[in-house]
Amino acid sequence: MSHPLRGRAAIAGIGNTKRWNAPGRTPFDQMQEAVILALEDCGLGLKDVDGLFCAISSSGLPVLNAAERLGISVRHADGTMVGGASFLFHLQNAVSALDHGLCDVALICYGSNQLSAGGRLVSMPDPQPYEAPYKPRYPISSYALSAARHMHDYGTTRENLADVALAARTWANLNPDAFARGPLTRDEILSSRMVSDPITRADCCLVTDGGAALVLMRADRARDLAKPPIYVLGTGTAVSHRQIAAMPDLTTTAAVESVRRAYDMAGVGPSDIDHVMVYDAFTFTTLLFLEDLGFCPKGEGGSFVSSGAIAPGGSLPVNTNGGGLSCNHPGMYGLFTIIEAVEQLRGACGERQIQGAEIALAHANGGVLSSQATAILGTAATI
Amino acid sequence: MSPDPRFDGPGPEEVWLTALKEGRFLLQHCRTCHACRFPPALVCGACGSSEIEWKEASGRGTIYSTTTVRERDNNYNVSLVDLAEGARMMSRVDGVSPDEVRIGMEVQARIVAEPEPIVLFAPSAGGAS
Repeated sequence: MSHPLRGRAAIAGIGNTKRWNAPGRTPFDQMQEAVILALEDCGLGLKDVDGLFCAISSSGLPVLNAAERLGISVRHADGTMVGGASFLFHLQNAVSALDHGLCDVALICYGSNQLSAGGRLVSMPDPQPYEAPYKPRYPISSYALSAARHMHDYGTTRENLADVALAARTWANLNPDAFARGPLTRDEILSSRMVSDPITRADCCLVTDGGAALVLMRADRARDLAKPPIYVLGTGTAVSHRQIAAMPDLTTTAAVESVRRAYDMAGVGPSDIDHVMVYDAFTFTTLLFLEDLGFCPKGEGGSFVSSGAIAPGGSLPVNTNGGGLSCNHPGMYGLFTIIEAVEQLRGACGERQIQGAEIALAHANGGVLSSQATAILGTAATI
Repeated sequence: MSPDPRFDGPGPEEVWLTALKEGRFLLQHCRTCHACRFPPALVCGACGSSEIEWKEASGRGTIYSTTTVRERDNNYNVSLVDLAEGARMMSRVDGVSPDEVRIGMEVQARIVAEPEPIVLFAPSAGGAS
């Protein structure tokens, strides 16, 4: 018997500002534009929205600011803040809220101006007294500690990481909306400046601006709108720690748990997935999550990514927009994994389109491998 | 209605910092299941017991993972150290070049004022790397 929430809600509209370097705009300007685009995409209006889900790095009270800015009064709201995975937690909560009738039209939204406002990752105020005295580069050193241990345990190499960056750039070169396009060689990546061993500048995601939004409804209502609904087949979330020292095993994330929940709800497994989006804050996280999500065995992520499997023409299309490494990274990138998955399932991706894609998996990470959230989406054919 | 006496006294972070200022590296041990917890908290992280005992740390540890933070004029180590007592903490290994710190290296703690007192590590005397 299928899970009662499988296919119960659908993504009716998406909005993406594609303004990766937009001086003179606030995070809420980016957010508002994305919301307008998402509502126009499905033919709804602001007055229809009665559930608001929002997270913004620079705001401690994003839902309140977003509601005022949009001029809406909502009966259900959720400002869950677990870093870049927040929007996939929102997605799971929106599915549940829609199913229970707590709202009828759920809006998930985000905006950032971190590139044009300063060009550095905007971190939330969250002092860590047991880490701060040692001055790790946040969050790079935490991911470096995970990557170093993975290299030690499994023989993963910097060349493997470089192949992730290359695959991302090759996809970005098929995406006219990607921020970082153009030729890139393995030698250029490998000779990039070391930041926190073994992570170089080329292993780190972009710093951009951006705004994105999703509109969700119960599936029966979403069918009558402008675009074919993309169904939420399964979701799963997990939270394991805050500081990297508190992560039990630095080579296995709680994505193992979030994806198991998502696969169980969707009634599918890794071999059923046509298109994969994983949060690539670093080259290493693509490799790590592909293992944890079940696309290759633990420890074999390096050889998997270096086999060409994830690049255009490979057996598993991963991060087809170019990812956080080459498309965009406004600081909390998670929502963009859903945007690209929906675009692929709509068949709207032009040169980078995965032919016949029916089921997509989007996975997002927050903090320092701390929060994990997986969503499995499908076309009408999967219902 | 009065506060629960199990949680009377200074909070765990206060106890930890006060000891550090006195030159002592303390760790929490559970009287019920004997698990060691760091960073300190109100109850045992393993079993939830509030029967917590503070004990002086042996200072012995093993590098679980390590990175070199590279700045224009300064490179320094950041490591995760698995303490002999069973907890893990972030720290820095001094006394060797950052590039020489290896996973599996045995290290020994000391308290250094920088200017606030913090726990640092150095390779153990005669310790294999």
